[in-house]
Amino acid sequence: MKAIGALAFAVLLLAVVASAIAVVWARHQGRVAFVQLTQLQNQRDALNVDYGRLELEQATWAAPGRIEQIARGQLGMVDPAPDQTELIRQ
Amino acid sequence: MNPRAPTPPPMSARRPPAPNPRKRLVLVLFVLGCVSVGLIARAIDLQVIRKQFYQDQGDARFLREVPIPVSRGTIFDRNGVPLAVSTPVVSIWANPSELMDHADQIPELAKALDVDASELSKRLKERSEREFVYLRRQMSPEAAQDVLNLGIPGVNSQREYKRYYPSGAVTAHVLGFTNIDDRGQEGLELAYDSWLAGKPGLKRVIRDAQGRTVEDVEQIRAPVPGHDLTLSIDSRIQYLAYTALMQAITKHTATSGSMVILDIASGEILAMVNVPSYNPNAIDGSEAAARRNRAVTDVVEPGSTMKTFTVAAALESGKWTPTTPLDTTPGSLTLGGHVFKDTHSHGLIDVSHMITYSSDVGAIKISQTLTAEQMWDMLHRFGFGQSTGSGFPGESTGYLPVPRKWGVLTKANISFGYGLNVTPLQLAQAYAAMANDGRIREPTFVRGADNPVNDILDPRIAHEVMQMLQTVVTPIGTAPDAAVTNYTVAGKTGTSHIATGGGYADKYFSLFAGIIPAGDPRLVGVVMIKDPGGHGGEYYGGLVAAPVFSEVMTGAMRLLDVPPDNVQRWYAGGPQTPPPAAPIGTIARSRDP
Repeated sequence: MKAIGALAFAVLLLAVVASAIAVVWARHQGRVAFVQLTQLQNQRDALNVDYGRLELEQATWAAPGRIEQIARGQLGMVDPAPDQTELIRQ
Repeated sequence: MNPRAPTPPPMSARRPPAPNPRKRLVLVLFVLGCVSVGLIARAIDLQVIRKQFYQDQGDARFLREVPIPVSRGTIFDRNGVPLAVSTPVVSIWANPSELMDHADQIPELAKALDVDASELSKRLKERSEREFVYLRRQMSPEAAQDVLNLGIPGVNSQREYKRYYPSGAVTAHVLGFTNIDDRGQEGLELAYDSWLAGKPGLKRVIRDAQGRTVEDVEQIRAPVPGHDLTLSIDSRIQYLAYTALMQAITKHTATSGSMVILDIASGEILAMVNVPSYNPNAIDGSEAAARRNRAVTDVVEPGSTMKTFTVAAALESGKWTPTTPLDTTPGSLTLGGHVFKDTHSHGLIDVSHMITYSSDVGAIKISQTLTAEQMWDMLHRFGFGQSTGSGFPGESTGYLPVPRKWGVLTKANISFGYGLNVTPLQLAQAYAAMANDGRIREPTFVRGADNPVNDILDPRIAHEVMQMLQTVVTPIGTAPDAAVTNYTVAGKTGTSHIATGGGYADKYFSLFAGIIPAGDPRLVGVVMIKDPGGHGGEYYGGLVAAPVFSEVMTGAMRLLDVPPDNVQRWYAGGPQTPPPAAPIGTIARSRDP
């Protein structure tokens, strides 16, 4: 009886120590993962910054006002007159 | 001999009794015991009873919960062109008490921040009790990094977002703008604020004594980024409308103007522009009046554009058909001591030509056969005097008096568009319903919104009215200038005096509401121009507002690939431009019987 009690005590003690270490380990893993997440988020944000800027840049270059100015001013383009248009019946 | 030298004590006669070692031991143990008990009690107090308090206090010294900012959703036009984009910027803040300990570095800091040094010190002194003061908000990330690189204690950064509007003044009124905290203040930015904004997250970080983040510990709440929003606006048509309206307003030296274009099949708003406008990227320089979305917030007496609905009520009553004769001789009519005049007598015409020539006398004569309830009901069904349901902030409902308040004069006035007022958007909605076989839809700013129709008029009557409206955009009608080559156009002009405090001024609203192609309606366009003065003093809707419609729709038909519906003329006579506009009066007179 005594031996069984001692054995049980030892097992439980080991289990307690093991679970304590597991908690510490899990905590640590959590922190490592969070640091990684933060890094990736920062990376994502940096890419988003670039994307937003490129989007803005594209919108600025493609502004209808600018295109019209270049088309009419520099390239001398005009709206086709009705007699220059051919209508095709589908 | 030194008088102050101590004198030795006299030899004592008796020595004190020797101490009892046992008693002494008990006393010492007792004292030590008390001390131990005290220590244990204190330890229990600290470690058990008040543990949480001290733990929290300790954590509070270095653990901080900081928000994770989220970006606001992008607003796109119907073709995916970005109209409002959030880009990250950096705000610099400081802990004043810490920063004031290094006051010698303030000039350097002020230079990097590009602010006045004495101003900065003053601000810091005033707020020295606080722990947080913004030094400068919304700097570009590069400039902010330069500030942080100075390494001044107590100076920190915080990421925020700023809104940019690439299309600038063209879509300014529809989109509205956000404030410095990136919350919507006007327009659709306000209407869809909660959808666009998202929810900032929360994370726990370790900070050092300087307030710098040393380590991210854990995420408490995940950030929810804002949703994107796709509008019904077509930025190409929007641009066309803005430039055409701007040109017309400059040419006629008008004070303001609006244009609305609706897609008839879906009720979607393809374009909504106002002049004057403002630059939404630099709101501070603009006047409040220029920031109003007049197409939705401002009302106007619609003038002759209301005759369309007077005629619809007349046809519905069964008392009139499009060909019922109508005598407008002698071109004026006296009612309740008030004289109503046409520009000249149109003589004996029919209901259809009342619309063609826009005869006020004809409209009044028709209205005299109708009850106030019949006319009110028609206008009410077409949405006048009520919100359109577009959800735009600050939308005006307009004004439509209830029929029991209508006197003889009110009824006459309303028959040709006075005594009530409407917004350009309401007018567009009503004409879209007429073009859509008498089925009304709520106009919407969002692409693909669920938008059921509501039957409000017999389709046959709607068709008859559409036929009449087509005669307006002919050489004999009031708006030949609204014609679009190779397309049929239906529409109605309107010219109304601007009401002032005491009555009507010698100033006008010029209106045109048009539908294109009339054969298979796709778009409705409403143009409203306020107080045109220059260019020969023209102010008729057919001369001021109609050409804007024609110009914008010519481009819109091409952009949307709408097949021409005026092909008969095209094949028979070859391509041709519409006949030049002749003075309305002379042509109209030549048609008089």
